[in-house]
Amino acid sequence: MLAVTLNAENLSVSLDGTVHLDHVDFTLARGRLYTVIGRTLAGKSTLLRVIAGLLEPDSGRITLDKRQFSGLPVWRRDVAMVYQQFINYPHLSVLDNVAFPLRRRGTPKHEARRRAGELLMRVGLEGFETRRPSQLSGGQQQRVALARALAKQAGILLLDEPLVNLDYKLREQFREEFRGLFAGQADMIVVYTTTEIGEAMMLGHEILVLHEGRLLQMGRPADVFERPASTTVAEIVNDPPMNLLDGHIADNTLHFSSGMGATLPLHMVALPPGRYRFGIRANDLEMRPDGAIGGEVIVAEVSGSETFLHLDTAIGPLAVKCEGIHPLALRTQVRLALEPERLFAFSPEGGLVAAP
Amino acid sequence: MPGLYRTLKYAAVLLWSAFVVAPLLWALTTSFKTINGVTGGATYIPWLDYKPSLEGWRELFNTSGTGVNIGQPFIDSAIVTLGASAISLVLGTLAAYGLSRFTYRAGFIRNRDIVFFFISQRIMPPIVLAIPFFLMLKFLGLLDSIPGLILVYIALLLPIAVWVMVDFFNNVPREIDEMAMLDGCTPIGAFIRVVLPNSLPGVVVAGLFCIIFGWNDFFFAFTLTFTRTQLLPVAIVALNSTVTPWWSLSASSLISVAPLVVVAFLVEKFLSRGTLAGAIR
Repeated sequence: MLAVTLNAENLSVSLDGTVHLDHVDFTLARGRLYTVIGRTLAGKSTLLRVIAGLLEPDSGRITLDKRQFSGLPVWRRDVAMVYQQFINYPHLSVLDNVAFPLRRRGTPKHEARRRAGELLMRVGLEGFETRRPSQLSGGQQQRVALARALAKQAGILLLDEPLVNLDYKLREQFREEFRGLFAGQADMIVVYTTTEIGEAMMLGHEILVLHEGRLLQMGRPADVFERPASTTVAEIVNDPPMNLLDGHIADNTLHFSSGMGATLPLHMVALPPGRYRFGIRANDLEMRPDGAIGGEVIVAEVSGSETFLHLDTAIGPLAVKCEGIHPLALRTQVRLALEPERLFAFSPEGGLVAAP
Repeated sequence: MPGLYRTLKYAAVLLWSAFVVAPLLWALTTSFKTINGVTGGATYIPWLDYKPSLEGWRELFNTSGTGVNIGQPFIDSAIVTLGASAISLVLGTLAAYGLSRFTYRAGFIRNRDIVFFFISQRIMPPIVLAIPFFLMLKFLGLLDSIPGLILVYIALLLPIAVWVMVDFFNNVPREIDEMAMLDGCTPIGAFIRVVLPNSLPGVVVAGLFCIIFGWNDFFFAFTLTFTRTQLLPVAIVALNSTVTPWWSLSASSLISVAPLVVVAFLVEKFLSRGTLAGAIR
């Protein structure tokens, strides 16, 4: 059953006066993994809950293979879900937890347990069958939840920030395993929400960028990253968020609002004169003694092999990510080089008009 | 000074145990006395202090002459208490689940108000309810009958069951119900297969409270029965005549406490451990 789709039209959800989803439309195809990226309260969990049937949308509808999907009760939907909290049934053993959805579908006990055992092997929990979830570590509990979701063999698998409560090392390990686990699921639509762009880029065939309930952009990870549709998307899909500077183009020259000028890069030559917002990624700024922009260190964070700097510069506040460890003291004066070729240009309203 | 602390702790526990157990021991020893043993000053040890006799116990099951048979009241009390407790537990658990999981609104009334409304029925003095209950049972033709008493006891025990269970269900994460439904359970299936097994300690506590309150009630057992039906607390009081028979009163009080002690021992293991650990991080 390939080439079938989950279609959402005009989905809107408000809860207690707060908009969680605002006229969202999308089409998801089987055999693909979609990552939904957005900050906290962007509407990611709400979107999954609407697809799962745990929440009825105020307006709009969902269809699966052109058949009405919204209105169908949760237990009749072809949907499995993994929560960010490690949700398992405390009164059942690990094996019976995984066998639970199979038993509900009428699989005989012996067969359900056999298949649950296979799934536990796939998620690396062999030998833990008789334990209770409370006797497992957080990572292991989430593996049980994952195995149970896979056991249902649903057409739609929803993962709501499944790694957010795990430590860094485990997250890395899980991400690698996810790619293997989902690679063979050709008849499944996988929707994975996250706040981390790295996770979204690495896992997803396509990214959906959600912000304050609105779907801002949907596309291949590289496309979204290279051509963010708006300043908001540019901020969400970059970590640290893309630096945004006000300015204008006049006389074939780029002027920042601070008064500093730069030669107009080739990809902006066609732009008409006027006001713009210019964007530059934190890792496209370079600390160099001969840099044209002077600045002062406000915050310096050394993380592993990289250094994040927040600077107060002549053209405004900038975040800089540089390779290597630079233990800079506060108020240290530094100089930055900015390549105009790396600049994005957005209209004053925020829409992308030119990308490197 | 952990040694001293330990000693003091055990001393306190011993003192409290003595305080709790002493009346029971007193009743036990008195139940084997006769009129001479009771009125002849304080005596404690049978055979040594006084000559033990089974007279007090025998009188309780004596159907002829002056004795009052408490066998039938015991059985009736058990039927009324267990029947009302079971029905209250089933209805109360279902009501509590609804109150825990769904939002009800009627004007200014919210779920919390409904729960308080339930428990408020236990706050008012029972005397307020005596006449209404009497008139209702009379209307239904159920005065002085076991079904009538069960009905009244359900009204008394249901608030306790609801109150205890709402609290327990509120502590079972909603995501567990959702997960069960995602795994293919209907809402009632999720309740029976997942929520209820994980609230077992709550069901036991609620059941225990129902049994204790039902078994110990005297007021309604007294006001709503006359000649046909008699519950244990009323039968015990009826033992009292011109001469207070302390020996049979002691024996009957022990009989009346015994079922509660048995129940407490049976459910002890449910009360001492939480089964919900590990449901949700």
